[in-house]
Amino acid sequence: MRGRSALVAGVLIAFVALVLPFVHVTLPVIFEGPLNSAGTLNLLGLCFVFGALALSYDLVFGFTGLLSFGHALYFATGAYVTAIALVHWHWSLPQALVLTALVALVLPLALGAVCLRIQGIPFAMVTLAFAEAASILVLQNPFGLTGGEEGLALGSGTLPAALVGVSNTANLYWIAAGWLALTCAVGWWAVHSPPGRVWQAIRENERRVIALGLNPYAYKLASFVLSGFLAAGAGVAYLFLQGGANPQITTSSFTLVLLVMVVLGGVGTLWGAVLGGIVYEYLDFRLVEVSNASLVQSLPPILRVPLSEPLFILGVLFIVLVLFLPEGLGGIFDRLPRRLPGRPS
Amino acid sequence: MSTLVLLLITGLGLGALYFLVAAGLSLIWGLMRVLNFAHGAFFTVAGYAGFFTSAALSGTSPWLQWLAGLVVATLTGGLFAALTEIGLIQPLYRRPVGQVLVTVGLALATLALVEGTFGSDPRQVALPAWLMATSNVLGAAIPNTRFAVLLIALLVLAGLLFFLRRTRYGLIIRAGVENRAMVSALGIDVQRAFTLVFTIGGLAAGLAGFLGATYYGTIDPSRGTSMLISAFIVVVIGGLGSITGSAIAAVIVGLLQQFLNFYAAAGVGDFAVVLLLAAVLLLRPGGLMGGSSS
Repeated sequence: MRGRSALVAGVLIAFVALVLPFVHVTLPVIFEGPLNSAGTLNLLGLCFVFGALALSYDLVFGFTGLLSFGHALYFATGAYVTAIALVHWHWSLPQALVLTALVALVLPLALGAVCLRIQGIPFAMVTLAFAEAASILVLQNPFGLTGGEEGLALGSGTLPAALVGVSNTANLYWIAAGWLALTCAVGWWAVHSPPGRVWQAIRENERRVIALGLNPYAYKLASFVLSGFLAAGAGVAYLFLQGGANPQITTSSFTLVLLVMVVLGGVGTLWGAVLGGIVYEYLDFRLVEVSNASLVQSLPPILRVPLSEPLFILGVLFIVLVLFLPEGLGGIFDRLPRRLPGRPS
Repeated sequence: MSTLVLLLITGLGLGALYFLVAAGLSLIWGLMRVLNFAHGAFFTVAGYAGFFTSAALSGTSPWLQWLAGLVVATLTGGLFAALTEIGLIQPLYRRPVGQVLVTVGLALATLALVEGTFGSDPRQVALPAWLMATSNVLGAAIPNTRFAVLLIALLVLAGLLFFLRRTRYGLIIRAGVENRAMVSALGIDVQRAFTLVFTIGGLAAGLAGFLGATYYGTIDPSRGTSMLISAFIVVVIGGLGSITGSAIAAVIVGLLQQFLNFYAAAGVGDFAVVLLLAAVLLLRPGGLMGGSSS
């Protein structure tokens, strides 16, 4: 029964998200402009992108138990490969997307094949090192492709007209929402499929999986590649929403932020990860505005400085969550119904 | 020839910095199985503490300023690490992934706080005249800071090896790296050894924080992160838990970076180090000196 009510809730949420660009309502405090203003839609689109990204990371980290510190690499792959094909090689959008899809399959396959030969924390360190190498590469601006520190902006004429301009933000929003929906569907299907159950078995007890006669390596690689591919798609949506790729998304700090998102929402739950990604991006965005508010600016420096650093607040929140609420925000909601008396479970 | 000597000694100096950060990481990992992402934060915070101490004493003897900065940075690193271990790591002894996550949070929060408080621009560090000068070695003008960093790192290496091999606590730590369950089964308080190892790691990272500022001549909030990643690479190449392995790997990584960044192109050295890491892990997953604790 739970599955059906979750499905109904999912369809309802998807419907609300779909029609949002037609709703001219202002939610004071929560969003600055009306719901269908370009700024709000852009923020919501980014929230969806990070929701999808967090979910893709949760597949590998939460469901398979692989502590990868290189997930930013695949997100950045989506953004940069598409941007390079569009800007430098003047490919059409479909061509660029096909190339990105290919790279987004081959790259995690190759790196995963290498990294997964080791386990545990050394695995985490190697994935971190590969992501760092990619980050260095992007910053070095090889052959002038990546634009180095300045990033790579999508100039005019590189995207179809329907994806350009403030008036078309709704289209970008739908792309982000669509990718999130697709990621949710694929993620749900994957973790409920037989291989997905093996992932969770590997997370719980890898030796037992071996004892049962299965080869964990192939399953882990499948999880790694699927997760990398979904992350790359989120990277493409990010590229559209931001109008360019920037080197911040390649850094190791970005992967750490991703980890924060997933833990924020709840490790090993699909909707928890999505929630974590959305909440994180929303807070990160809004906290900057809170810090510019006159109330905060009038505080003495000892209070003002920490409050005007979103990463400080999120980092502290993260520590508190890890210490006191290991199940994440999703855990709160999971706990609630059981506390209500007289409810049949 | 002179370029070669300059690159060699500068690379060794860089390796010395990596070693100071990596030694603590390696011991912490070896004994506690904690991957400490906050180590870069120890480095940065201690570096700033040393910088401000040194700045507060301006007007006194430059050597006194520098030494005071060095001592305060080292102690700050140790104190920060001890507090981290007691406050954040101890409550999570039964949750290894939680321990990693909590250090990630601490690293993010601390970095943001340092950047917010002191700004992200590099600041010039006041150094004694000798440290700002260069010495002539085989026709190459070598900045004296390289020698200072190298000498101190060698002393730390010797001190750590003596501590691990010749003292009772060193014995406990080595035994703990070998087999933690057995050590606690023998009735030894491993938790105290945990706090001790974390503090030692923090002291070394703090020392490295100020020495890093000396080596580069400036201090900024972001260097701790890149140091941390280099140190991770050093630790894995050297073998998790091995101090000697970390020392050897630090030298290899430092030299490789310097030479390739100069002779090939900027960035190639950093890239090569990562490839070396991948190669080592595939050929010798335990690292160069994996399995031994000193």
